[in-house]
Amino acid sequence: MYKYDNYDQAMVDARVAEFRDQINRRIAGEMTEDQFKPLRLMNGLYLQLHAYMLRVAIPYGTLDSRQMRMLAHIARKYDRDYGHFTTRQNIQYNWIKLEDCADILEELATVEMHAIQTSGNCIRNISSDQYAGAAADEVTDPRPWAELLRQWSTFHPEFSYLPRKFKIAVIASPEDRAAMRLHDIGLELVRRDGELGARVFVGGGMGRTPMIAPEINPFVKADDLLSYLEACLRVYNRYGRRDNMYKARIKILIHEIGADAYRRQVAEEFAHVKTLGIDPPLAELERISAFFAPPAYDAANVEPDRHDPDFALWLDQNVKPHKQAGYAIVNISLKPIGGIPGDATSTQIDVMADLAEKYSFDELRVTHAQNIVLPYVAKRDLYAVWQALRDAELADANLDLISDIIACPGLDYCSLANARSIPVAQKIATRFADMDRQLDLGELKLKISGCINACGHHHAGHIGILGVDKKGVENYQLTFGGSGAEDVSIGKIIGPGFDEDGVVDAVEKATDVYKALRKGDERFVDTYRRVGLEPFKEAIYG
Amino acid sequence: MKLLTGNDLVSGAVTWWTGNGWSIHVEDAADVGEHGEAILHAEEGARRVNAPYIIDALPTENGPRPAHIKDRIRALGPTVRTDLTLKPADPAAGDWII
Repeated sequence: MYKYDNYDQAMVDARVAEFRDQINRRIAGEMTEDQFKPLRLMNGLYLQLHAYMLRVAIPYGTLDSRQMRMLAHIARKYDRDYGHFTTRQNIQYNWIKLEDCADILEELATVEMHAIQTSGNCIRNISSDQYAGAAADEVTDPRPWAELLRQWSTFHPEFSYLPRKFKIAVIASPEDRAAMRLHDIGLELVRRDGELGARVFVGGGMGRTPMIAPEINPFVKADDLLSYLEACLRVYNRYGRRDNMYKARIKILIHEIGADAYRRQVAEEFAHVKTLGIDPPLAELERISAFFAPPAYDAANVEPDRHDPDFALWLDQNVKPHKQAGYAIVNISLKPIGGIPGDATSTQIDVMADLAEKYSFDELRVTHAQNIVLPYVAKRDLYAVWQALRDAELADANLDLISDIIACPGLDYCSLANARSIPVAQKIATRFADMDRQLDLGELKLKISGCINACGHHHAGHIGILGVDKKGVENYQLTFGGSGAEDVSIGKIIGPGFDEDGVVDAVEKATDVYKALRKGDERFVDTYRRVGLEPFKEAIYG
Repeated sequence: MKLLTGNDLVSGAVTWWTGNGWSIHVEDAADVGEHGEAILHAEEGARRVNAPYIIDALPTENGPRPAHIKDRIRALGPTVRTDLTLKPADPAAGDWII
């Protein structure tokens, strides 16, 4: 994992001291809320329905056990004993007091954490593949590149006041586990004739105008990548709309001028930027990459004993192949039946930290699907890990099944939401609680957002649910056919919306249609794409 | 009836204008009638409460009930964590929201 140098630490410490002063001035009445709001947002502090909410950055979703324990400590000391892992691989605390915020950030800084780039119209926290460094199908480890982008983007003077927020994802596998093409910039690291470079996709996103990012460049050499991205951002910063926040994202710019025109302008800008010498020297890349060297693997390649059926089920569903023989990737589900997607108690966070320290070379990952990953577990240790997870109520074997639901906080917490998301997720998970039924349905990605901002990624759900306000009453629209993976697509609204119970019934009817019409190994989304919407509409609206 | 609500500057807690101060309990909220805007501006100036705004509510025998579900959730707490609401010992309290 990357470790701060003195410069990194000094920057974060200085930011904490600066924000402490700003908070003190606000509490003393020396600043109005209008003056203070942009300052607190730059430090990840939002005002939500019930309290302040602090969003803490977890760069590219990677953290160690010391940092994970600090997250538990913050939950225990300053919040209400739990945290909420988000769809951008961060964590949110829902009950923060303004007077505590500087102390919290000061404690986070002691473990090289902060809340920078979690709000505002800047380049947000870089996201990546939660299996980075462990995936068998990756061409390189994307984390050094994600870290390089973090260093490039943090406090970038030219890109701190963009027209709108800007999200970048980096992957290095043909299988997209990071919804890469639904970001403002998506990078897929690839090799061409042995040379490392990146496919560059620009202009994707969800929200009220969902778009899949077009490929702007099929291969940018690694040596040119920062300059190329600088050019991409410069063109956006110059031409992105600032008069209408709903049309200010880069996806709108590219949609309006066309990918070809944008590509041409970036090429022109790149020709200039490349002369500025911002791409790092090889020595700096090697310095960063050294932090992500593979751990000292030493386990023999022994298959775990599958005598315990619950353990075997968990192995089959939540444990994924590793590129190193003798090791496996463990997915910890934060989706217990009837629970709140993405929430973990401080005790559970501590348990996961302990397991990472003991069994996963001290490393964890947060996934955009609101789960946790132990990336380097020896197969000989899987049973012990499972037992510890089971004791902490963290062993649900439902990864990628219908109960592994992404849900935003919705109207239970969020000031932007129009409808509650969590109760719908709870009812659907409970309706499909039977494990055999879930396994029979197979991979089915269900995603719920409580408003059009789409933090719950509903556009990318095989089944998506969008909560809307219909004359003061919660109403839920259903979409089918979305995907955030390599088969990326935007879901389509199937028809009129439903009330809370009605949408649960409609989901069940849709799964019945799927079961009746599926062929071979088709997933729900495959069947939908083959047969179209009509059979589903007929069953649901009949 | 009209209520004035906001979030406490320091704690962030939801607060309701009582006629001579602020309370975290919606039952204490006063009908501000036509005076909402004036009180709002005065309180914004005092900088004790964040983002105050005026809402519609219905008077009931148990106190005011905000017209919109969002403000009812603000008044009580998250519907999915009754233990974190203002009435954790009353499992039926959530019925008031829906």
